[in-house]
Amino acid sequence: MSLWGWLLLACLVTYAIKLAGYLVPARWLENERMSRVAGTLTIGLLASLTAMNTFSGGPALAFDARLGALLAAGLALWLRAPFLLVVIVGALAAALLRLAGVG
Amino acid sequence: MGLSIAVATGLYGVSFGALGVASGFSVEQTVALSLLMFTGGSQFAFIGVVAGGGTGSAAFGAAALLGVRNAVYGMQLNRMLKPRGWRRLLAAQITIDESAATAAGQLDPDEQRRGFWSAGLGVFVLWNLFTLAGALLGDALGDPRRWGLDGAAVAAFLGLLWPRLRAREPVALAVVCALVTVLAMPWVPPGVPILLAALVAALWGWFSRGPADEGLEPDVDPVGYEASASSPEQH
Repeated sequence: MSLWGWLLLACLVTYAIKLAGYLVPARWLENERMSRVAGTLTIGLLASLTAMNTFSGGPALAFDARLGALLAAGLALWLRAPFLLVVIVGALAAALLRLAGVG
Repeated sequence: MGLSIAVATGLYGVSFGALGVASGFSVEQTVALSLLMFTGGSQFAFIGVVAGGGTGSAAFGAAALLGVRNAVYGMQLNRMLKPRGWRRLLAAQITIDESAATAAGQLDPDEQRRGFWSAGLGVFVLWNLFTLAGALLGDALGDPRRWGLDGAAVAAFLGLLWPRLRAREPVALAVVCALVTVLAMPWVPPGVPILLAALVAALWGWFSRGPADEGLEPDVDPVGYEASASSPEQH
């Protein structure tokens, strides 16, 4: 299936998941485990995506300017910068590192 | 209150638009994601897996899994607002972290309803407008690496993760899942490490004890969320 195909399928499924919440009996809400799994899934996936986007390099791991972006973004977040600024900081860090010849 | 959420969340739509295009998606595909999927985490996951070299199927899987929490919000909002008919179909589309959190931050049912719809619809309009703007901007920028846009993607994911790292346990979970990902990456096809990490995270949630609302924080803090009932615990 083409990328468009997967994209549209993903949109369909994410909508179906949202709608499902409105259609299931209220009784299911009492199952705190479901809520908990949804929460841990979110944390785990976001951490995994961060790692993957920092270190991906063909099959092997790569250590390059993106690592600098990660550290700079971490600092910006720790200093309570808003989301958009954090993203810009990440881009700046990677671009400047590349200008300086790193990764 | 819905308005400030809408503006704050809409603005980070610019980064999604730009990153979508930088990851190799067309402007149309990027805009379609914001219109049809309309879930920040899932959208970033979809483009992020492809940007990291994963397949369309892995991107689909990651996006779907990150969308599971919207079902939980749907359950909560259904009990709170009880939308019926076409309103329920529309409510589902705008069920995201921000609209759910805005509603949950109110005590009065009328305020909950107003908060949900204003935040949901406001974010929808602005998120999509800013996605388009970001996508057109990204398209005009040329080589994404030169502008550090791959670094921007890393920063975006860390930014989405950060509000959820309020105690030791979520930090431990995040570290474990990041490690699983990095250790698996050289050995398995692209995109599979993400699904392995998801499995670890799901098992962790199923078998461990902890707060039921951990991880379900919104990407952008609405005013007053910190003060509402579901505040994080100290471990």
